[in-house]
Amino acid sequence: MIIRIESHPAWQGIQAQWLNLWRMPAYSLPTLIFPVAFYVFFGLLMLRGQALWLLCTFATFGVMGAALFSFGVGVAMERAQGWWRLLKATPVPFASILVGKLFGAMLFGLIIVVMMAVLAAWFGEVRLPRSQWLGLAAMLVAGTVPFALFGLALGLLLSPNAAPAVVNIIYLPLGFLSGLWVPVTMFPDWLETLAAWLPPYHLAALALKLTGQIPGSMTLHWLVLLVYTVVFAAAAWLGWRRFTGS
Amino acid sequence: MSCTIIEAENISHRYGPIRALDGFSARLDGGITALLGPNGAGKTTLIELILGIRAIQTGAIEVLGGAPSDPLVRHRIGAMLQISGVPGTLTVNELLGWFASFYPQPRHLDEVRELAGLSGLSDRRFDRLSGGQKQRLLFALALIGQPQLLVLDEPTTGLDPSARRGLWQAIRNHADEGGAVLLCTHYLDEADRLADRVLVINQGRLLISGTPEDIRRQVPNKRIRCRTRLAKGELTSFDDVISVQVDQDRVELLTADAEAVTARLLAADPALEGLEITGADLETAFLHLTDTKDLAA
Repeated sequence: MIIRIESHPAWQGIQAQWLNLWRMPAYSLPTLIFPVAFYVFFGLLMLRGQALWLLCTFATFGVMGAALFSFGVGVAMERAQGWWRLLKATPVPFASILVGKLFGAMLFGLIIVVMMAVLAAWFGEVRLPRSQWLGLAAMLVAGTVPFALFGLALGLLLSPNAAPAVVNIIYLPLGFLSGLWVPVTMFPDWLETLAAWLPPYHLAALALKLTGQIPGSMTLHWLVLLVYTVVFAAAAWLGWRRFTGS
Repeated sequence: MSCTIIEAENISHRYGPIRALDGFSARLDGGITALLGPNGAGKTTLIELILGIRAIQTGAIEVLGGAPSDPLVRHRIGAMLQISGVPGTLTVNELLGWFASFYPQPRHLDEVRELAGLSGLSDRRFDRLSGGQKQRLLFALALIGQPQLLVLDEPTTGLDPSARRGLWQAIRNHADEGGAVLLCTHYLDEADRLADRVLVINQGRLLISGTPEDIRRQVPNKRIRCRTRLAKGELTSFDDVISVQVDQDRVELLTADAEAVTARLLAADPALEGLEITGADLETAFLHLTDTKDLAA
């Protein structure tokens, strides 16, 4: 049997997700522009010497936001509209719907990373070997997965009215406390200890280590992100069970 | 027509303390079956169980010979649900194409647009369709997989009369081509016009099932009020009177045959006053049905 990719439900789902985001600039543009604008302000205007460091942390902030908002808010809304119920009544494996959303969030993450990287290279005089540019992008895009699952859990467990507020409440403090705005070394000790428990801290640490900003092994950071991925997946599973009423 | 489409056995379902279904059993064969009941009767829960949207708590359901969650069963079902907001930025064609990818042998997009009355709207975004067009698109999404069974939850709610008739025709066409339809509705006239068989559900139980004529005889859809000297016991003994209530000097009768009952009333009490005949909504009718007579048998 020949499987035609263009008529596969997963590919159709990815397309639908992209089209939907593309045609909703009121939602998409803030997700894309805000982290980049923050980076321009802090990384390229205020603290020019730290352009590479802040590229790593603000890009983490950007991909985290793309995943949290597209899943957290998007899922809660689609669920409330009855769209998910309708999809559930069809034979489509729900995984292909989620994969479509994940690719949408990853594409957004990639656009954010590329915009920041281009600005960093042009205006921040950031120079990296090609392998590191590519590695950085790949790492950050892969890093959207735990946040997408976190968003999915929130979107499944929260009401559509609560979801946008809760995601906003989580997003900024989580980024700040993970040292994405101010390095954790400038935090008081107890806050620095707290940061080491937060997932964005570890994604940013991976990016900083890849680009040689801080020394050390990446293993622990990957492991922590993996554990968070499992925890968020379990929470999403609980939300899914509640959604299906079992 | 005679093969079993849905078999539900002793289904109960609760949401916390609320009992949505309470020992519901029924068997559906082909043709158009209407599931009729007031709001809150348990219709939507039953549909969600049949479609595998919810997991079954107690009882068993077999749909087209398999489990509701089986993808091979779902390939043969098309569903149209209440409040289905689909992603508003997608066009009619994009949505139809996406849903077509879910099924092994989807209909041609041209064909399904034609069937659902969406010709000329291919590139219109969902959020720019009118209310009736949105309903028709949802109907088209239900038809796209060439389903053997169509499950429609209140499909004509919010439609104007001509759009409503159009959808009725499309539903009938599906049945004429040999498809089965489960139509959930709280409009008695919709069940009456379309269905080969009607299941009346209230408070999570099957109350009556039969042809639309059977149902019309048993569901009190008219309310007669008057002042009369006739006693309650006498009124209750009239044929076709389903329930009698006395409110001070007035009596209120529920019946399915207002003409016959009125004629008898006037014959028995020529001095009768203040005669008033109005339609009874289903909620009232079912309340009396469950209060007064057990018609399930």
